[in-house]
Amino acid sequence: MKKALWFLAIVFLVSGLYQKDYIAVLQKAAIICLECVGIG
Amino acid sequence: MDKRRIVQFLTAFIYNGNLPGFVNGRIWQGNSKQLCVPGLNCYSCPGALSACPIGSLQSFVSGVGLRFPFYVLGLLILFGLLLGRLVCGWFCPFGLIQELLYKIPTPKIHKNTLTLKLTYLKYPIGILFIIIIPLAFFAWEGVGIPAFCKFICPAGTLEAAIPLITLNADLRSSLGLLFGWKFLLMLFTILISIFIYRPFCRFICPLGAWYGIYNKLSLFGIQVDKVKCNGCNHCIKVCKMDCQEVADRECINCGECLKVCPTKAISFKKL
Repeated sequence: MKKALWFLAIVFLVSGLYQKDYIAVLQKAAIICLECVGIG
Repeated sequence: MDKRRIVQFLTAFIYNGNLPGFVNGRIWQGNSKQLCVPGLNCYSCPGALSACPIGSLQSFVSGVGLRFPFYVLGLLILFGLLLGRLVCGWFCPFGLIQELLYKIPTPKIHKNTLTLKLTYLKYPIGILFIIIIPLAFFAWEGVGIPAFCKFICPAGTLEAAIPLITLNADLRSSLGLLFGWKFLLMLFTILISIFIYRPFCRFICPLGAWYGIYNKLSLFGIQVDKVKCNGCNHCIKVCKMDCQEVADRECINCGECLKVCPTKAISFKKL
């Protein structure tokens, strides 16, 4: 179970990095989140 | 000040090190926001240098495009496997705020059978507000919403909304009913944190629910030497969370139980 989860974490991370998901994270995080503030 | 409190303050400072943001009302836009921190910390806080994992997770199921959040989910599994709910006890600024509020000297509501039942609330809340509602909006309206951030998260209201609307007149003029709801929820969370130990973490936080799954598996955290344990239950009596045993899903690895264990059966895992 533990090994499977480590494997899954690495596969997901590598897939995410390959797809440049971190750019999407940055794009969301670098502008004011109106939902978080309670406006959007 | 004990070691854990120092780490909590340091974490809050590291997560929110963009101090000029608290003066000019602008949020950090640097590349460090590509990375999610393990704890709950709103990325719209003017000080935030990195991204909130819950907010980032929802950004993949909200908006007009729907994508599987490989990167954020991979990080969340990794944080869970490394730290479990050690994140909650040591690396979460919102947990620290609740703990400080609980220090206000008033009569306290201690853990009981009701609080234990309420700990299960965070699971449906997480599933509903992070998965089902955003997907339902996407299916019906074509645009998903980050429902947890929008309707629930008091950390966002406290860390982002309050400083931003204080410093930004344009945002102030846009406030409406939704902000009123979120403000009331934040006030309620603050108020109840004075009487109940970390209520948001125990009953609401999806991140706590997630990391709790990994508590027994995590590389770091608390462990019990079953040979040394004499079953006195001093550990459970001193625990302010709703733990039924040391290092179960509710354990935030605060280490209070280490201090009272007469046989020294409880310790932090070492590599």
